[in-house]
Amino acid sequence: MIGHDRLAVRKTYKLYVNGAFPRSESGRTYEVTDAKGHFQGNVAWASRKDARDAVVAARGAFAKWSGATAYNRGQVLYRVAEVMEGRHAQFCEEVATAEGLSTSKARAAVDAAIDRWVWYAGWTDKLAAVLGSANPVAGPYFDFSLPEPSGVVAVLAPQQSSLLGLVSVLAPVLATGNTAVVVTSRERPIPAVTLAEVLATSDVPGGVVNLLTGDAEELGPWLAEHADVDGIDLTGAPAGRAMEFEREAAGTIKRVIRPPATEPDWTADPGLSRMTPFLETKTVWHPMGV
Amino acid sequence: MSVFEYAPAPESRSIVDIAPSYGLFIDGEFVDGTGESFTTVNPATEEVLTEVSSAGDADVDRAVRAARRAFERTWGPMRPADRGKYLFRIARLLQERAREFAVLESLDNGKPIRESRDVDVPLAAAHFFYHAGWADKLEHAGLGPAPRPLGVAGQVIPWNFPLLMLAWKVAPALATGNTVVLKPAETTPLTALLFAEVCRQADLPPGVVNIVTGAGDTGRAVVEHGDVDKVAFTGSTEVGRSIARAVAGTQKRLSLELGGKAANIVFDDAPIDQAVEGIVQGIFFNQGHVCCAGSRLLVQESIHDEVIASLQRRISTLRVGDPLDKNTDIGAINSAEQLARIRELSDIGEAEGAQRWQPACELPDRGYWFPPTVFTDVSPAHRIARDEVFGPVLSVLTFRTPDEAVAKANNSTYGLSAGIWSEKGSRILKIADQLRAGVVWANTFNKFDPTSPFGGYKQSGYGREGGRHGLAAYLTGDDSK
Repeated sequence: MIGHDRLAVRKTYKLYVNGAFPRSESGRTYEVTDAKGHFQGNVAWASRKDARDAVVAARGAFAKWSGATAYNRGQVLYRVAEVMEGRHAQFCEEVATAEGLSTSKARAAVDAAIDRWVWYAGWTDKLAAVLGSANPVAGPYFDFSLPEPSGVVAVLAPQQSSLLGLVSVLAPVLATGNTAVVVTSRERPIPAVTLAEVLATSDVPGGVVNLLTGDAEELGPWLAEHADVDGIDLTGAPAGRAMEFEREAAGTIKRVIRPPATEPDWTADPGLSRMTPFLETKTVWHPMGV
Repeated sequence: MSVFEYAPAPESRSIVDIAPSYGLFIDGEFVDGTGESFTTVNPATEEVLTEVSSAGDADVDRAVRAARRAFERTWGPMRPADRGKYLFRIARLLQERAREFAVLESLDNGKPIRESRDVDVPLAAAHFFYHAGWADKLEHAGLGPAPRPLGVAGQVIPWNFPLLMLAWKVAPALATGNTVVLKPAETTPLTALLFAEVCRQADLPPGVVNIVTGAGDTGRAVVEHGDVDKVAFTGSTEVGRSIARAVAGTQKRLSLELGGKAANIVFDDAPIDQAVEGIVQGIFFNQGHVCCAGSRLLVQESIHDEVIASLQRRISTLRVGDPLDKNTDIGAINSAEQLARIRELSDIGEAEGAQRWQPACELPDRGYWFPPTVFTDVSPAHRIARDEVFGPVLSVLTFRTPDEAVAKANNSTYGLSAGIWSEKGSRILKIADQLRAGVVWANTFNKFDPTSPFGGYKQSGYGREGGRHGLAAYLTGDDSK
């Protein structure tokens, strides 16, 4: 990728909040290395204030994103996969570097991540049919139930799988019409920053996804207790802290995905298990009569 | 004001036979609890009805072990069709003994016999009948190819619909192959104990249903027991929070059906008389002891005066008094504690500047009573517009445009239910789409049906009860979460 005698232009790795790429308001960065310990960059280290700003952005984007037609949301998400495909080589290099994978394993992870995104893109206009119902109540009502997004979902992304894992927790939140505040893998954030660049150029409205590079251990409690966050995925919570975060989340009756004991095999078929926790069911009793 | 006064028309209480004391129902037997016994009173008269055992930690442990045994040895391995047949039996037994249940419910809870007879008990039977049919069809429920029960369900229910909430909890749990330990509310344990007798008449295997009476400590013991796989709770958001904290870090599955502050939105094209009936039904049904009660009336400004005048006329005809009288519209407040809370919040409403209106209405000398109450000039910031009163207290707010109605309706930490009154179908569907609430009633209110999923958004809880969706709360397997 780099010319023979040419000095490379390096990137400043920043946050992705409300469709823009700000530095942390705190001015903090932290050093990220590859799997072998070589310097990769000074990455923005998101603060509690950045997390709060991200929640504001996600709340602001919720009405438009959840109110878009399912077809539109599906097309936007599919476009993300298209743009990811164009950055395939970059993702492979970054995933290989971040996770210390061989070229072929990194390629397999990137392939799976893009395909996973396509899979979720196709769900947007099927969820209501699969999860909704017409209810034969004993009375003169057309009674129906439909899935609706919970609102703003905080996601503590997996610490190990820097792209496939991230996509596997983020795409279901978006496909269901929620907006997201994501804390990326602390040690392996660079593929997430590139995904932010993909999202920024894929018709995903600003604020729908907000990516915070930084420390889930530091930001987790604030997101878990934040009164304007409706759900939290604790998959990437640091060992030993998940229970505390879940307790904080109980204060506002958040919907919670508990972390597995060890990071799961992200290549496995996810089913609906990552979408239904952040869906509400609305039942409407509509009168019938002449 | 009436031309003809009503003569008393009391339902006979001779159909119920209340024992001087009751034990716990564990492993198919009535046993004494190790905790201190407590009394349950008729809130309409303050008469002590009976003494009830309180389950201590050791009793709860016995109940959970009995439920585990039943899950592993009888109920779990049983042919699903047979599980269904037991539930059909229970549904029929509830219908056969319906009047007895209705009278007992009104005695213990204070709700009008008209409601216990026509709503609580028939719906409870319907819930068992509906879920009975699911027992051998679960693989067709769209919850994965081979859904499995979770195991032992610990269930804690409130005092506002004692038997109906029992049915909402027990029927889906049993239909999906789980066994249960149920804790009824401290002030209303009697119909649950009569239900235990129904389980015996149905020859339900011992340990499938266990009933542990007691107060908060008993509930806590159920929720925190290490061998409970599933916790289901209906009650206040405050207790819901503490339960969610208690199960944090465990593998227990949790469903919560908590408080509400429902908006009941009346548009200027609504049929006013019908809407007024719906407003009354929305807030005064069951003395307003309803989590989904329509406690915030949002009325379009142009029809405000007309609606309030009509509403006050209608409320003036409501009959408050003896719950066992078949003409009674509003019964007794369930407990002295709840009455105190209703009084406190109403006083705060007045102190904050809202106008209180109550009809001229004679209340009995003994018992816990609160007249139907309407607050006008309520601002969205008032406590009576934000806090759940859980009593016969309506707060009236106004709006000018549909957008304002939606914004005000959604301005709540709760999101359980809402109502829309309009003659225009397209408007109903548009507003229903924009409301952040789990149940939306249009041109009706407080309707329930076992086929219809019920449950909240936001801090009104999570999980659904009823319908195909309700099964998911008691099953595991691919996608069933």
